[in-house]
Amino acid sequence: MSRSYKRSFAVTTALLPTWIAVIVIYVGTMLWSIRLSFTDSTLFPSSNYVGLSQYAKLFATPKWWAALQNVAIFGVLYVLGCLVVGFLLAAALDRKIRFESVFRTIFLYPYAMSFVVTGLIWQWMMNPTFGIQASVRAFGWQDFSFDWVVNPNLAIYAVVIAGIWQGAGLVMVIALAGMRGIETEQWRAAQIDGVPACRIYLSIILPQLGPALAAAGMLLALGVIKTYDLIVAMTNGGPGYATEVPAKFIMDSLFQRQNLGLATAGATVLVLTVIAVVAPFRYAVHMRARRREGA
Amino acid sequence: MSNHIRPNGPKPSRLTPERIGIYVFLIAAALFFLLPLFVMLATSLKTMDEVRLGQIFELPRQFDIGAWSTAWSGACQGIECVGVRSGFWNSVKITVPAVTLSVFLGALNGYALSFWRSSSSRILFALLMAGGLIPYQIFLYPLVRIMANLELYNSLAGIVLVHVIFGLPLVTLLFRNYFVNIPEELCRAARVDGAGFWRIFFEIMLPLSTPMIVVASLFQFTGIWNDFLLGLVFAGRDNLPMTVQLNNIVNTTMGERAYNVNMAATILTALVPLAIYFFSGRWFVRGIAAGAVKG
Repeated sequence: MSRSYKRSFAVTTALLPTWIAVIVIYVGTMLWSIRLSFTDSTLFPSSNYVGLSQYAKLFATPKWWAALQNVAIFGVLYVLGCLVVGFLLAAALDRKIRFESVFRTIFLYPYAMSFVVTGLIWQWMMNPTFGIQASVRAFGWQDFSFDWVVNPNLAIYAVVIAGIWQGAGLVMVIALAGMRGIETEQWRAAQIDGVPACRIYLSIILPQLGPALAAAGMLLALGVIKTYDLIVAMTNGGPGYATEVPAKFIMDSLFQRQNLGLATAGATVLVLTVIAVVAPFRYAVHMRARRREGA
Repeated sequence: MSNHIRPNGPKPSRLTPERIGIYVFLIAAALFFLLPLFVMLATSLKTMDEVRLGQIFELPRQFDIGAWSTAWSGACQGIECVGVRSGFWNSVKITVPAVTLSVFLGALNGYALSFWRSSSSRILFALLMAGGLIPYQIFLYPLVRIMANLELYNSLAGIVLVHVIFGLPLVTLLFRNYFVNIPEELCRAARVDGAGFWRIFFEIMLPLSTPMIVVASLFQFTGIWNDFLLGLVFAGRDNLPMTVQLNNIVNTTMGERAYNVNMAATILTALVPLAIYFFSGRWFVRGIAAGAVKG
């Protein structure tokens, strides 16, 4: 047996567990689920194909529409909120601040906590009977109202606050790393010209951070599509459908309503959404690389 | 040189209105980020009589650790009242082997994919990265069936295996990006000396990658400890991780909720990731930078 043959055998052996995981779990189960979404499966899988009727049923379900609407509101505000707050924190920390590492530690620690913990903390803080509302009223402001978490019109915004609290630190870390990479010469030049610091950050630093912030934004957006634990812990989808999200709708259809066809149709829609989020980003990265090669 | 040019305006080290503004912003932000932690701690140290006063921003009048011991060993999930203790040990039993295995496989993959490139390994890497972006919901039902057929569903080995499988994309990415920066000559020289695939891995590459092993382990540890969804679906009643038990304690209690116990249980669940974060801050940040920017 030749040496190179032995080597390639070793490489194949080493990658075998991952190949099995990718083929069987990632590709195999996904195709299996997609196939189920075209059948009338309920509690058990069936091989009775019904075309797109599960999808038609899905989009005729008011709860699914509510879930889509909620995740859109949550997604836009959460991603924008994290980007804005994270960028501002990074810009402030970038100004040669005392105790920078203390501040940095404080802004990032929520990111180390689970969504379940995050949801439960904010559920308690926003509890209208004993939480922030009651405390502010006890200070003497009798009409103060902060009942978002139990108010069907505002509950989703309560989740946004919890989400931003948890995720802004991530953007701060990425933005700060980007700012430290920008050459100080540009800074000097702009400062000498008398440009105020906030203008420098807006028109010189921000454009250069574009790719890093876009990557952070995509990461957050992918998290939005998967949002499940935060909702389960904080509001469990309520009040009513006010904070229902697609990932939770699918989980409930799978394990509580025993509606396999509907659940897999929903999951397929989620996968398509991921592709819709990732594809433009990948394309932009690809074009950037090509332009750089051309230049 | 630019050193000799006097910048417009005062030196940045002096306290100007702008500097004061930055500090006010940072301190306000720090308060927002710290407030939930304070409220959580304060609530957990109060008696229920005091909690009912509805003043979450006040320190406990007398420190009462009763809620902590109840949370650890007596809080109820439905009719079972055993606290989060068993969940804690379940999480340890799930996390330790899953982290060890996935980091080992990730290192092996990263090594094979960086130094033993082939067209098939490129496909594997692309599939793995794509798989890492897909929401779990599309894999769940078929994976439950596969695990049931392997008699691994609702078992410790099963949930560990699931975590290893879904951890592969991130750890592989971390290690591949790490090994790509190690000069290829190192590997080539060892090959000339007659070292094979495994010897190079165990004797050269694994010792070289200690920093990445630490970063990847920290990252996987927090990620798996904080997981909710996979534990809920695959662990089974006897192995439920801490996050799932915590959610059961807080959100499925009958009768009056013991908010102080809930908050103590929440802190206990957050304690391990928080400890990891506070003691390894810099490493943790490195993991974010390595994983996020390229992801």
